[in-house]
Amino acid sequence: MRVPLSWLGELVDLAPGARGAEVAASLVSVGLEEEALHGGDITGPLVVGRVLTFEEQIQKNGKPIRFCTVDVGHHGQRVTDGIPQEIVCGATNFEVGDLVVVVLPGAVLPGGFAISARKTYGRVSNGMICAEDELGLGEDHTGIIVLRDYLGEAAVAGVAPGDDALALLGLGEQVLELNITPDRGYCFSMRGIAREYWHSQGSPAGAFRDPGVVPSNPPANLDGYAVHLTDATPIDGSPGCDRYVARIVRGIDPSAPSPGWMRSRLTQAGMRPISLAVDVTNYVMLLVGQPLHAFDLDTLSGSIKVRRARAGERLTTLDGVDRELSPEDLLITDGGQIPLALAGVMGGATSEVTESTTNVLVEAAHFDPVTIARTSRRHRLVSEASKRFERGVDPRVADDAAQLAVDLLVEFGGGTVDPGVTDVDTTSSRTAYPLDVTLPGRLVGVDYSRDKVVQILTDLGCTVEDPGVAPLEVVFVTPPSWRPDLVDGPDYAEEVARVDGYDRIPSILPTPTDGRGLTHAQLVRRIVANALVGRGYTEVLSYPFVSADFGDILGMTADDPRRSAVRLANPLSDQAPLMRTSVLDTLLDSLRRNISRGQRDVALFELGMVTRPLPGASHTAPVPGVDRRPDDATIASIDAAVPSQPRHAAVVLTGDADRAGWWGAGRAADWTDALDAVRTVAGALAVPVAVSAGDAAPWHPGRCAAITLADGTLVGYAGELHPKVLDRLGLPARTCAAELDIDVLTTASAEPTRLKGFSTQPVALTDVALTLAEDVAAGDLQSVLREAAGEFVEWVTLFDVYRGEQVGADKKSMAFRLAFRAPDRTLTTDEVSGFRDAAVAAAAARFGAVQR
Amino acid sequence: MSGPTTPDAATPGQGADLPAALSEEALAAALEQAQVAFAAAADLEALKAARLAHVDKGAIAGARREIGALPPAAKAEAGKRVGAALDAVRAAYTAREEALQAARDERILVQERVDVTMPTGRRPLGSRHPIELTQERLVDIFVGMGWEVAEGPEVESEWMNFDALNLGKDHPARQMQDTFFVDPPDGGLVLRTQTSPIQIRTMLTREPPIYVVAPGKVFRTDDLDATHTPVFHQIELLAVDKGLTMGHLRGAIDHFVRAMFGDVKTRVRASYFPFTEPSMETDFQCFVCRGADDSCRLCGGSGWIELGGSGMVNRKVLTACGIDPDVYTGFAFGFGIERALQLRNGVSDMRDMVEGDVRFSGQFGMAV
Repeated sequence: MRVPLSWLGELVDLAPGARGAEVAASLVSVGLEEEALHGGDITGPLVVGRVLTFEEQIQKNGKPIRFCTVDVGHHGQRVTDGIPQEIVCGATNFEVGDLVVVVLPGAVLPGGFAISARKTYGRVSNGMICAEDELGLGEDHTGIIVLRDYLGEAAVAGVAPGDDALALLGLGEQVLELNITPDRGYCFSMRGIAREYWHSQGSPAGAFRDPGVVPSNPPANLDGYAVHLTDATPIDGSPGCDRYVARIVRGIDPSAPSPGWMRSRLTQAGMRPISLAVDVTNYVMLLVGQPLHAFDLDTLSGSIKVRRARAGERLTTLDGVDRELSPEDLLITDGGQIPLALAGVMGGATSEVTESTTNVLVEAAHFDPVTIARTSRRHRLVSEASKRFERGVDPRVADDAAQLAVDLLVEFGGGTVDPGVTDVDTTSSRTAYPLDVTLPGRLVGVDYSRDKVVQILTDLGCTVEDPGVAPLEVVFVTPPSWRPDLVDGPDYAEEVARVDGYDRIPSILPTPTDGRGLTHAQLVRRIVANALVGRGYTEVLSYPFVSADFGDILGMTADDPRRSAVRLANPLSDQAPLMRTSVLDTLLDSLRRNISRGQRDVALFELGMVTRPLPGASHTAPVPGVDRRPDDATIASIDAAVPSQPRHAAVVLTGDADRAGWWGAGRAADWTDALDAVRTVAGALAVPVAVSAGDAAPWHPGRCAAITLADGTLVGYAGELHPKVLDRLGLPARTCAAELDIDVLTTASAEPTRLKGFSTQPVALTDVALTLAEDVAAGDLQSVLREAAGEFVEWVTLFDVYRGEQVGADKKSMAFRLAFRAPDRTLTTDEVSGFRDAAVAAAAARFGAVQR
Repeated sequence: MSGPTTPDAATPGQGADLPAALSEEALAAALEQAQVAFAAAADLEALKAARLAHVDKGAIAGARREIGALPPAAKAEAGKRVGAALDAVRAAYTAREEALQAARDERILVQERVDVTMPTGRRPLGSRHPIELTQERLVDIFVGMGWEVAEGPEVESEWMNFDALNLGKDHPARQMQDTFFVDPPDGGLVLRTQTSPIQIRTMLTREPPIYVVAPGKVFRTDDLDATHTPVFHQIELLAVDKGLTMGHLRGAIDHFVRAMFGDVKTRVRASYFPFTEPSMETDFQCFVCRGADDSCRLCGGSGWIELGGSGMVNRKVLTACGIDPDVYTGFAFGFGIERALQLRNGVSDMRDMVEGDVRFSGQFGMAV
């Protein structure tokens, strides 16, 4: 909402000397949001000019430049040199003879942009022909302002070169732009803003002049235009239209221009002047917040009927779009048959006021906010009217607004008003709310007296009745007709607080007493992330959206459960309509981006949610009412519809794991690094995990490790990625990765770690080399050795692997070191040999291993 | 060097009668010889040889061997004299040895000097994402005061995300949010547009008093550019207890601002959110210029920075969650984590936060 300061000052007394900034601060203090302050920041000569000649030259950069002479009246070079103003201009949207806006040397434009005569494109430009954005009038910079187009033919009729353009464009004064929150529909009007400003000044008597009170407004009679309101299918019980005022003005001069002050206010408010009839409806809407519609009376057949649309019905709206209507849309129809307008949203083409219209029917109606909101959304059509109706328009101002329009049409269009006044009014009066006067204080934390509460609410326009009987704290409050948002106690509490001043709210630190710190699951995520960082991984947060063919890209089998993904109905990109089912899906994109930016050695990790809908499950969540807590069964069915979203951690690395440098060569990252990351995470959480050969996409089938808990629960996979996957994704060969289900590790680490005793006796070490078949897994062999080595074995580790002629084809030799320790004594050499022999015997029996 | 001497059996008792090798003069001369030899030893190797010649062997060792042959009465005196000589020679040796060792050690340390300015880093450290770090920092401020951390799903039901928060189907505020809907669009599931559904989940499952802080990822259908991202992060406070007022809300916000941005003032004004009534918007004093710089790049010269929306939990929201609004009041406050990062750490382009370039996170290490 744009608020010209001079207009505001007509409706409410501004504080002495208050300029835009002060007025904005006052409005902010009662809860309005300042968006911007326009205008008033141009100084110096800004005048109307008429283009006399121009010479166009194409520059080296292919851009056309026009060297113009411009008649700027008795200013500039005409005065100093006796010649027209010479100006260089980069725009080409004007012709010789056009009236334009010229800023002359010495002026300062918004942003402190000082204008002087300066050489440009080889010639001196004595000022500039202005575009909208340069004057702070808008964002447009596609060309310069041509006044005929900008203000309209009629408006420029009396304008001459040299005229002050500041006044013409309303740039001499400040315009405040405010952001109106959805609850304050009444602030979409000068009337509402003026009232709010008045409250900010303490609501002094007589300082606010309500433009919604129009003394000339006659009572309704039965002689007006016939209007019927019907609604067979009201939404939520509210009829689509509950008030319809119709007034007729005849004999308007279609060529009569809108007065300059009205055009300038419309311009300042961000609307373009069009014609008297349209300008008047817009002006009145800006003034009192009541959207009006002007019909060309001669296109109507005698009566208006408001009704819901019929299936299949169509209407071409003023924007030229032919729309198929929904039975929920509310229509203004001619006699019930021909659709004239989408009620409260936009008029239709057939009854539009044109340049030959002389007889006008002015509509001032009140429409149901929900109906308008739905229609506006359904047709993707947001108009000045729909914005106001869906936020709530004062249902009592319709007749006054119509009268304001009538008066203006009569005054400036030379029309005559019909004596008939139609006002079909089925609105009901608001009921009084029993307000506990202590509630504002209890909610806000400021001690408001009873008198203060009553005074503020009265100033706001509420009717407050004090019954003076028990319970004594209760008064009965009826909100004013323009405040549909005031419904219950907290609404009134906010009104009291904001008018009294939010700055009086104290600052008291609440003191909860039973916090238990972070949960185990929350700690686990920090531990995992920090451990991976210590291992050289950098955390990224990728978008969780993946392409429809992610399963194929990653080489998943047709029945891989990870193919079952949640699909978005309105994805940002059709290239990524699904929610990821593994973190690796999107982490690989981050890797690719780093590689493409020239990184060679990269190690990344991400910890986040993945979405795992059950294959074939229908995920439809009930939407219960909100008047009470849904029952447990309903809550359970909501929860059941929300797909499972476990947290996963994934790592990916490529290039050198140990960097090259002056110390020597680097060590390329390989599958062992991926497993190290897994062991880092599991080790940080003290969760024992088992590693076995795995086969899962997107890993290399021969270099994929499945990670499980002791009880066999799958934790995830690690290893080198499948060469085809890497190829498809354009990632470097041998890129390695791991993905772990952190929820599984969280559960597995939930119990406090129990310390197992350890011996302080001397350690006895013994080595054993075993020759065995190539296909025996080291992990299996190590487990067997360890199990068979007896109770005193402390650790077993593989320290060498040898293949060659000495061990024979398809065989390998693995050398293990075993460490033994008894809890209470030094083990003898014979004892240790015995343990080792037992281990070797077990390996021989199980795998046919032979000691070398 | 003196040769072996024969003990004189005829001279019992007095010193004067001891063999020449045991004479004071002889011992003194031997000591002096040894000291000269030690001093002449240029390194530990030479010193070892000198020790062999003057301590292990040589005049004093020889004198010592002669003691055995002395009559008992003379032994004590002779032993004392030789002992003294030996102590002296050993002391001289030790002193020289220490000096030579010190010199050697010093030399070795000099020889072993390296250029410590050479680069290191076979395995560089990784780094956390600053959004996560900021989130942890924010959370810890409140956990330290006794609040707990609540979480919820990112694919969320419409009821939790909208309806229960007093955002009915036709509520204008629902239009302000550009929501990702899960297919089919009438299935009642969305990507949560705010962390507020966590409030609902908390109130449905916990009894007051409730003091929780709820961080998380949220989604809106904005295209990625320097100032927008479709996936971003919020953190939200929810307190429900008896007797809570907007004063407590303000107290919590003030504490948060001080912990995050230093000792700066706040100001509050009325606002509107469907899930709170009364509602409040908070600004805090620019922590860079404190209002003193008209051209401050952080606050644009206004001296104030917009923080975020808050308010007293709407009675309808409490009711939808089964909490009696006549018994309990509550407050809620929401804040963008990206915004905290922009303000505190000078991150001006949203794209840097989402692209995962290691050079971005790398600047923060594990601290933000």
